Amino acid sequence: MPIISISKLSKTYQSGFTALSGIDLTIERGEIFALLGPNGAGKSTLINIVCGIVTPSAGTVMVDGHDIAADYRAARRAIGLVPQELTTDAFETVLNTVSFSRGLFGLQPDPGHIERILRALSLWDKRDSRLMTLSGGMKRRVLIAKALSHEPRVLFLDEPTAGVDVELRQDMWRLVRDLRQQGVTVILTTHYIEEAEEMADRIGVIRRGQIILVEEKAALMRKLGRKQLTLQLQAPIVEIPPELSDYELALAGDGRELVYTYDTRAERTGITGLLTGLAAAGIRFSDLHTEQSSLEDIFVGLVREGETRA
Amino acid sequence: MSDAMSMNWPAVRAIYRFEMGRFWRTAGQSILAPVISTTLYFVVFGAAIGSRVSAVDGVPYGLFIVPGLIMLSLLTQSISNASFGIYFPRFAGTIYEILSAPISPLEVVLGFVGAAASKSILIGLIILATSALFVPLRIDHPVWMIGFLLLTAVTFSLFGFVIGLWADGFEKLQLVPLLVVTPLTFLGGSFYAISMLPPFWHAVSLINPVVYLISAFRWAFFGKADVSIAISLGMTALFLVICLGLVTYIFRTGYRLKS
Repeated sequence: MPIISISKLSKTYQSGFTALSGIDLTIERGEIFALLGPNGAGKSTLINIVCGIVTPSAGTVMVDGHDIAADYRAARRAIGLVPQELTTDAFETVLNTVSFSRGLFGLQPDPGHIERILRALSLWDKRDSRLMTLSGGMKRRVLIAKALSHEPRVLFLDEPTAGVDVELRQDMWRLVRDLRQQGVTVILTTHYIEEAEEMADRIGVIRRGQIILVEEKAALMRKLGRKQLTLQLQAPIVEIPPELSDYELALAGDGRELVYTYDTRAERTGITGLLTGLAAAGIRFSDLHTEQSSLEDIFVGLVREGETRA
Repeated sequence: MSDAMSMNWPAVRAIYRFEMGRFWRTAGQSILAPVISTTLYFVVFGAAIGSRVSAVDGVPYGLFIVPGLIMLSLLTQSISNASFGIYFPRFAGTIYEILSAPISPLEVVLGFVGAAASKSILIGLIILATSALFVPLRIDHPVWMIGFLLLTAVTFSLFGFVIGLWADGFEKLQLVPLLVVTPLTFLGGSFYAISMLPPFWHAVSLINPVVYLISAFRWAFFGKADVSIAISLGMTALFLVICLGLVTYIFRTGYRLKS
């Protein structure tokens, strides 16, 4: 059974703006799922509905087998949420605010568990500090500690590394992997494609309130990835010979590099024909290398494709 | 008992303790302010003016104003504590945590309103203790006095909770307490018996709901009331039911809480 099942979920705000339209999505237990999408695509609305902060207009959401409306207590107990905004009670101490979160979820105080979380997030030394005295990165850690205080089975990270330094980002990635090891399902929204590329098992792309793609990351890279073959020429050329015009070629490096872009999905990549054509044209090369397009390229391509269609 | 029916007491306790923590953090200010203001009232109304006013219904004027003073603070403190308590998380954005936790509206209300009522009752008791320094206290019906104190604190904390949910800025948070509650309290017989008013203003005063609260509370102290205790109790209970209805409506519709 998937840990989260979303069916025909829609949300239209009172203003008439439709943020989500007929979303169907399942999240498997123990996976790291990255939800990508441009600003205003509906990522946060989707998360907020699952967590109970926004009321859906239509559709159903089941969390760990519990309906988020009819059985909201059990559904919410399974979820930890790290919101996008750094929303903290400025005058409270770290220890108090994290302990408060645990209490909200109906659990008895467990100082040992809270200490473990604070230590894991390098917050233990700051436990008696008021939140207003902490840096942005530290506040982000506090929000994660609050979300983990009740030992959730699903953790939502809404733009977790927005505006944090490289060190903290690396720490968070390590933490997310550790959580997955412990069986926690992690769903993150992010603008940083490298974050999804680094961590996610599966990737979903949302655009204008609709999921336009859900795919295993590796399969997605394989399926949609475009590769580039770069040939280092022995002698520079000023233009691409007309007999090679059928190939998607570009000159670079002051005519010393020839770049061939090809689709890995195509039945024939055309590399053999290109090399033969180059030999026939008397163009020799001293070295070559290939480069896989990044997830960011894929993402930008998908969003643009969608916008063109719309 | 089903999960939906059972109570999440740890959550109620967490909210209550969190809210009370704010009170204790500023304990000096929280305690000192009512002590100073009560002392000032006794200096002005008790010593300066009270010495020239004869006893009201056989009660010395300094003693007569004690229930009104307590009620004045009880109403304003209940409203401001409860309204600030729920408004601040909305303002700061930390309300997301309450909304995404496995808590029912009843539990949220119990936590916030319970803490707000506790704070205002504590302040009421501090004023009572301060009064004892100036006048020999007399409480004919102590159980009723505690009962009215509790009922009023809870009712007006609920009212404050509604204001805290309705307000969309700090100005609105102050609007009702300053422009409605304080004038009604002053005109509700805090410092006089409404029987002292001319017939027309006496009749007008009966529209003021605070009259019933102060009258009942004063009865608990001195056994004398401007209006019957049953009517006072009925009016307070009616206001309590209205506030409960408003809170229920807000949570059912998600007004100002959920989009």
